[in-house]
Amino acid sequence: MMFIDPHAHMISRTTDDYEAMAAAGVVAVIEPSFWVGQPRTHVGTYIDYLSAIIGFERFRAGQFGIRHYCTVGLNSKEANNAELAEAVMEILPRFALKEGVVAIGEIGYDEQTELEDKYFRLQLELAKELDLPVMIHTPHRDKKRGTSRSMDVCEEHGMDPSKIIVDHNNEETVREVLDRGYWAAFSIYPSTKMGNSRMVDILTEYGAERIMVDSACDWGISEPLGVAKTARLALERGIPEEQVRLVCYQNALSAYGQSGQMSEDHWLNPAAIDQRTVYEGNSILRGGREPLVEDAAVKRNANNLIIE
Amino acid sequence: MTSKAVDLLEQWLGHRLKDDHSSWLQSQLKKVLTSNSDRELHITLGLIPRKLGREDLNLTHSELTEANNAISGWNPGDWSIDCAARIAVLCRLSEHDKEGFGDTITDLCRNADLAESIALYSGVALFPDSEQLDQQVAEGLRTNMRAVFEAIAHNNPYPANHFDENRWNHMVLKALFIDSTLAPIYGIDQRSNKELAIILCDYAHERRAAGRPVTAELWRCVGPHATNAMIDDLQLTAGSTIATEHQAGVLALSQCKDPLVQQRAHELTASYPETMAEIVNGTITWDVIYQRQQHQSGN
Repeated sequence: MMFIDPHAHMISRTTDDYEAMAAAGVVAVIEPSFWVGQPRTHVGTYIDYLSAIIGFERFRAGQFGIRHYCTVGLNSKEANNAELAEAVMEILPRFALKEGVVAIGEIGYDEQTELEDKYFRLQLELAKELDLPVMIHTPHRDKKRGTSRSMDVCEEHGMDPSKIIVDHNNEETVREVLDRGYWAAFSIYPSTKMGNSRMVDILTEYGAERIMVDSACDWGISEPLGVAKTARLALERGIPEEQVRLVCYQNALSAYGQSGQMSEDHWLNPAAIDQRTVYEGNSILRGGREPLVEDAAVKRNANNLIIE
Repeated sequence: MTSKAVDLLEQWLGHRLKDDHSSWLQSQLKKVLTSNSDRELHITLGLIPRKLGREDLNLTHSELTEANNAISGWNPGDWSIDCAARIAVLCRLSEHDKEGFGDTITDLCRNADLAESIALYSGVALFPDSEQLDQQVAEGLRTNMRAVFEAIAHNNPYPANHFDENRWNHMVLKALFIDSTLAPIYGIDQRSNKELAIILCDYAHERRAAGRPVTAELWRCVGPHATNAMIDDLQLTAGSTIATEHQAGVLALSQCKDPLVQQRAHELTASYPETMAEIVNGTITWDVIYQRQQHQSGN
């Protein structure tokens, strides 16, 4: 089965994770620009970060046969640094039209401050102008009201809910998000967001329409196999295969494919230029090297002593 | 010379693009040239693959000959439509604003996605020379992305025409280091030098000490500058049981120029009469060895 992880901060992850994801069937990831753990204090570091996720990270993923896409945006935490925020807004339009940029995101609220609100709205306008989907980060704290407010603001700006993915949902937010016509994404992230057993219960209750699953794996203790493991658990618990395909693959493709930057052809039938340059495919790599996808469990075993 | 090149680019695109795409490109170019800010340039470069697609340009044999006639060593055989269109726009902009063009290139490279990086560096031989361009190409060589490195190193006359010896040598060494190849480097034989031969032999020793294979192509740059100690390396290579390595060793020995080692090299090649016969009649060349290696590695 093929999977898409529509929220994965691969810039914070190791090559082991890429190997494990590829081996588990992940064919594409979407890397939202985010808060890197340490606040950025200069626009220059922001520019270099965005360049890294549209450039080097895309190349890195391609080496493992995984197609890499990203979203660009000013995250809610850093929106509170007005000087930085202004400068980032200046340079965002440059990055929004780069190859593989599938949305403006992840944007929204953290502490729901005035500055967060201001830059959330400005970025919604940018997405509208460029006709790009939006990925909304819903806040960790005061989540339910923060989620409702995010959608209220989208509607104030005349956004089309079918182009907006509301992420980090839980049992408390999902009904309203679906009822209002948005895509509802769930981050399978241990301890703080969703667990995959709870996720299966949600699929049982709500079905698969407009629901998608992601890992949101980042620099914290998280699970890059979140999508693949959820799919397997769902199948084991009797969720029909077609529904699993929708939430672990097709819905992400349908939602972010609206950007015109993401299509199944990219991994099933890649352009000749890509095969020569950025996408090695799932077969043996060019240049006579060994295939990079090995059994991660075997390699990481400390009793396996030989490193060549 | 470069204006002939951009004329060709536009002509090739004209033959391949639908009429409405051609006129879109023309009108965008007009906007780029008349605008007071760089906004139109960024938008145009961003929209080109979306509007025109990313198919291969697939130049004919005679078009490739025209390219090489316009700029010796220019070989756009691997270019895609969007790459060609981006370079055509940039060439026209450079004619329009020669002064500012170096800074424009620096700025574009800093914000480039992968395909843009490949396009920008593939086109450097068509752009007007400047200090900024030269610095940016040097920066591009530092990449970890092989496709970006190869946009500069392969089928591109810029390095042979502009790099000093140190930069040239490090480009060649890096090509080997990242599992790239030497045959597509324009000027690889003309620019070989003694210092490079020393560096490459040291690199071969490192590889052998680590139990790693040494690409047969490496010896291409060693033969003409071989010292007595290097003949030992070539002798070892000529004795390899791997066909391409053996052929590379003998071919390199046959190309030794130093009178002090020629006698020894000649004696060694004489012990491989069959291989030497193929070298003399032209069935074993560096390009043939390159192609056989590519074939072996499944490319």
